[in-house]
Amino acid sequence: MMAEAGLAALWFAGALAALQLAIAAIAVARDRAEVVGAVRPVAIVQGLLAMLAMALLIGVFLDSDMSVKLVVENSHSAKPWIYKFAGAWGNHEGSMLLWVTILGLAGGAVAIFERSLPERTLIATLGAQAAIALGFYAFLLFSSNPFARIAPAPADGLGLNPLLQDPGLAFHPPTLYTGYVGLSVAFSFAVGALVTRDVGPAFARAMRPWVLIAWIFLTLGITAGSYWAYYELGWGGWWFWDPVENASLMPWLAATALLHSVTVLATRDGLRAWTVMLAVVAFSMSMIGTFLVRSGILTSVHAFAVDPERGAFILALLAIYIGGALALFAGRIGTVRAGTTFDPVSREGGLVANNLLLSVILGIVLIGTLYPIVAASFGVQLSVGPPFFNKAAGPIALLLVAVMAVGPLLRWRRDDTRAMIRRAAGPIAVTILAAIALLFVWPGVLPWAGLSLAAGLAVASVAPLWKRNLRRTPLFTYGMVLAHLGIAVSLAGMASDSAFTKETLVAVRAGEPARVGPYVVTLDGISPVIGENWSALEARLTARRGDAARILRPQLRFFTNPPTNTNESAILTVADGQLYTVLGQPDGQGRWQLRLWWKPFVTLIWFGGAMIALGGLLSLVGRLRRERRVAGREVWA
Amino acid sequence: MKAKHQRLTLALLALGAIVVAGLLALSALQDQAAFFYAPSDVRRDGLPLDRAVRLGGMVADGSVKRAADGVTVHFVVTDGQATTPVVFAGIVPDLFREKSGVVAEGRFQPDGSFVASNLLAKHDEKYMPPEMAGKMHETKTLAAPSK
Repeated sequence: MMAEAGLAALWFAGALAALQLAIAAIAVARDRAEVVGAVRPVAIVQGLLAMLAMALLIGVFLDSDMSVKLVVENSHSAKPWIYKFAGAWGNHEGSMLLWVTILGLAGGAVAIFERSLPERTLIATLGAQAAIALGFYAFLLFSSNPFARIAPAPADGLGLNPLLQDPGLAFHPPTLYTGYVGLSVAFSFAVGALVTRDVGPAFARAMRPWVLIAWIFLTLGITAGSYWAYYELGWGGWWFWDPVENASLMPWLAATALLHSVTVLATRDGLRAWTVMLAVVAFSMSMIGTFLVRSGILTSVHAFAVDPERGAFILALLAIYIGGALALFAGRIGTVRAGTTFDPVSREGGLVANNLLLSVILGIVLIGTLYPIVAASFGVQLSVGPPFFNKAAGPIALLLVAVMAVGPLLRWRRDDTRAMIRRAAGPIAVTILAAIALLFVWPGVLPWAGLSLAAGLAVASVAPLWKRNLRRTPLFTYGMVLAHLGIAVSLAGMASDSAFTKETLVAVRAGEPARVGPYVVTLDGISPVIGENWSALEARLTARRGDAARILRPQLRFFTNPPTNTNESAILTVADGQLYTVLGQPDGQGRWQLRLWWKPFVTLIWFGGAMIALGGLLSLVGRLRRERRVAGREVWA
Repeated sequence: MKAKHQRLTLALLALGAIVVAGLLALSALQDQAAFFYAPSDVRRDGLPLDRAVRLGGMVADGSVKRAADGVTVHFVVTDGQATTPVVFAGIVPDLFREKSGVVAEGRFQPDGSFVASNLLAKHDEKYMPPEMAGKMHETKTLAAPSK
């Protein structure tokens, strides 16, 4: 019954999206702003129905209802309940339903909370959101129905890919998708504002919180995904330039650019057309990412199914939405007046540089990601990996860091070059000192530049607080400071990991020591362990550093449904880094393979990521408070 | 500067940025893209010695041998028509096994063997790298890629 109810909920949600689009289109065409009272509830109910469908799918998985095809193919009754729950989105259909649910809920949230946008623009925005939702409901219902039954029902399911059987599955996809799909709101705002020709500072102020929310979740989702891949895949790497990772990085780059340009539009009424364009591009990147991941043209742990029909369907949706938005942009942008001007040396100038560099990185990542697909259609098979991305995007990213250090020290509208250099003297000195000090441990070109710039950026990012009344400094300034500091911290972690990591690969008997970095690791013994749906061989390792000894227990796990082995790494986190251990195969003569890494300060990467997200949150709260205060004053005036 | 002029300047800058990105990317692609080879491609086209490449195929039955140091693995990759001996030092992926698909990243040696720096095995039972599915579909002696 649950499956049928879920399917019905999806159909109703789809119908409501159609209704929402129709009402919005008529209201905008006939200029009937009072209809907003009707559009709002439709958008809210549509979101709730999508959420109901998602909840019912989770119910079907928790129930292990083996008459539902999706459950049979991706679940097993003996799986721990958390993976039944999270396994609902650990497959193609379920993850698309999660995608649409968040899309619907985002539209609902706009309908409930957005009060500052003019009603006509709000209607157009909700209409655009409904148009996107409609296409993806159609995709689910016609080519990816998660509730399809199977007859006769088999006794049990095939199980979930053991690599996905990790608490990360409960957290990473919903967070990432909230960010990913949350950008649809920015897209719809841009389309709405273009339709009603209402691009200006008020529009930017209304859009900013929505962009910030999506960006915070995207940052958290990427950070969490990176850490998950790091400890689960057992390669000791935290970013692989896998096309699927790029698919999440590209919207993040665009959203980061948007976040900064929307500030120029809100504060100084500049960069109007550019901001609208970025809002369109950001969500377009989300959709391209979805296409890359869900069409099955990619080689990845995320690519669940290969079905050309689905790829074609998503490609058609992409063409309609991105093409439509760009056509609207081209048609309407002439009517958007140019904003106010500014000097090249100014806060605006710095933000333009930020946007250009982010766009260049985005372009490089996009080309590197799409190139193998284009080449494959010409019959050439190749892959583009870390050497390409590091070489092409690395230097630009470092240049961006330099701009990031100086930008916040500039005044709006116009600044003096000499004054700028004076203000940036401290950070520049720190960068140079760090660069000279690092010459003695020469870590390689990119890590050297990265560490020096990270030191400079760390100083520069707190510089905006220098000599200010800290109690009167607005919360969003603290947000910026924290986010930029987070970039410095994360960059330091990345550079340190790539420069100073030590790796040891050995085959040892019990009692035989192996050395890695400051640690001496001894294999004490191997013993069997039984888990809920797996059994494992567990190594007991003693890691000694000076007098301190710690125990690590990496495992070699065997899953029966589906029959697979996984390496469960064991990681020891200490103040100055991580000791990462992986248990390999036995060699048949009493020796076991051990792969050990000492990674100095690697944790800074994710710690920095969390700081960036927290900075976003402070910024969001600060902006919302200020808007409320300003709105309150307007009412009283 | 008038607003219109500034807008034009910014538009040109943006265009320039995109062109720069494109040129940078294409020049880096020239020497950094790793091409994909099957053993019979190498027999036909010669050895690509100057760059890192990917070698794909099936791990030949009975070919996996561990060296005395306990960490080096020798095996043979086959695509049904030709074979390439591969050497790899490290922990083989969870799903690496004989008669199963594998993609090795690394370099060919002048003697025709391949030194792998990384191995990618298929991620799950349903999955096969698309490159490999393309190279494999004519070979009847091997297990057909499922779905």
